[in-house]
Amino acid sequence: MLCERCQQEPATVFLNQTIDGKKKEIHLCNKCAMEVKDLYQEKDISIENFLSSLLDMNHKKVAPHMEQQKKSHVLQCKQCGMTYNEFRQKGKFGCHRCYSTFGNLLSPVIKRVHGSNLHTGKIPNRTGEKLLTQKQIRDLESKLKQAVKKEEYEAAAGYRDAIRALKKEGGLC
Amino acid sequence: MLKWYEKNANNNDVVISSRVRLARNLETYHFPSKLTKEIASRIVHEVEDIVLKASSSHYFERMDMEALSPLDKVAMVERHVVSPNFVQSSIPTGLILSEDESLSIMINEEDHLRIQSISNGFNLEEALQNANHIDDLLEEKITYAYDERMGYLTACPTNVGTGLRASYMIHVPALETTGKLQFILEAIGKFGLTVRGIYGEGSQGRGSVFQISNQVTLGHSEEEIIENLTSVTNQIVEQERSLRKKLLSEKRMQFEDAVYRSYGALTYARILSSNEAMTLLSDMKLGYELGILNFEHTEPINIYGLMTCIQPANLQKEMKRELKIEERDMARATFIRQNLPKIKT
Repeated sequence: MLCERCQQEPATVFLNQTIDGKKKEIHLCNKCAMEVKDLYQEKDISIENFLSSLLDMNHKKVAPHMEQQKKSHVLQCKQCGMTYNEFRQKGKFGCHRCYSTFGNLLSPVIKRVHGSNLHTGKIPNRTGEKLLTQKQIRDLESKLKQAVKKEEYEAAAGYRDAIRALKKEGGLC
Repeated sequence: MLKWYEKNANNNDVVISSRVRLARNLETYHFPSKLTKEIASRIVHEVEDIVLKASSSHYFERMDMEALSPLDKVAMVERHVVSPNFVQSSIPTGLILSEDESLSIMINEEDHLRIQSISNGFNLEEALQNANHIDDLLEEKITYAYDERMGYLTACPTNVGTGLRASYMIHVPALETTGKLQFILEAIGKFGLTVRGIYGEGSQGRGSVFQISNQVTLGHSEEEIIENLTSVTNQIVEQERSLRKKLLSEKRMQFEDAVYRSYGALTYARILSSNEAMTLLSDMKLGYELGILNFEHTEPINIYGLMTCIQPANLQKEMKRELKIEERDMARATFIRQNLPKIKT
């Protein structure tokens, strides 16, 4: 029996195909079988591949113009040197700074994977307190700026004192 | 001291064990994939020092990963003490282990720290509590990579947030043989959960043992994640139990026949591959739990413990030498014959 595909070599591989519920057997030679196998074999679906395809989809939305796309492709983490392309390939970050470096591109992808992009779980005991204080200080500082802008100096002085107190309390000054 | 899997639990006819893993990173260093060997080694020492100096230090043991043989390492993977990824690492790694192997801290896996806690039976709350305890202990001395919006920052964004992977190891022979497992697997994704084989990603559910775990780590608290996983697993447990009862009432003779045949093969076989042994032990576990097989032992029989002992690397450790595949299958049959509980006649 000759190979059904090339009609030259003898058929040595029998392949079962199911198309639209109908089973069909095809007879192929070794060489054709290898080529067909490559065609039909699904790519390995790893979490890295999955992430990078999500990133690509999102990337075109965030940066629709070629110029912008090129720009984000050269984006590089200042701390560990991780580039956007490297992240796309590995699906893993190089350091915690990468989260802010690639944050804009990543945020919608994370939301798609987890259904959310806001942590509501555990807060570390020791550093958590510090984080909370820092956040309060940041909030007060922006209020202080607003007050100065509006020339509400009395309120501004209040904010300034509150910031000082928090910094002292948290050992931040 | 008995290892966690050598102890018997009450409620473990379907749920064999509960496991929690927390992924954590140190703020000061790059994630493991970007570490030099020197820095990686420094992190190992730093974390080891902190854990061993902490209050319950006598409880933990530091394993010298470089001194362990490849066989020892694979045996630990088989016992779920460490991940397959961990033993293949190209940078220095560290492992801190509790005596009963229920608690472990992997240093320099994909993340700097992987805190793992295993409990016997249906007991994820306890596992989480124990993992949290170690996490708090470490956090007193280590500043974690943490962001108020994103939570614990991990190397892979699929773990960010809680860094929590919770899982139940389940034995579901009735669901598997009746083909119902397939439906469950398809439905489970909608709940942000996933099912894998006994040895994790890509492994088959040998001996009808599977792991069900959460996929989503961000946007829900640790307790919510566990609650969701537990309620779905509860459904699976109920379905498995009712199917077992149904099989027993409708096809008692066929069922008994299958269980006794498997027990017979385990008793008399001279060559057993690990796949075949797992299937036979799975039948025996089912027969025991349904009261078909009654053993001479008055104490509960731990068949999962036996399943662990007959895995290739653990078997060789048991025999205290390396064995070729054919030798292994013979040694496995002998080991099972010697350790199989006797049935009452």
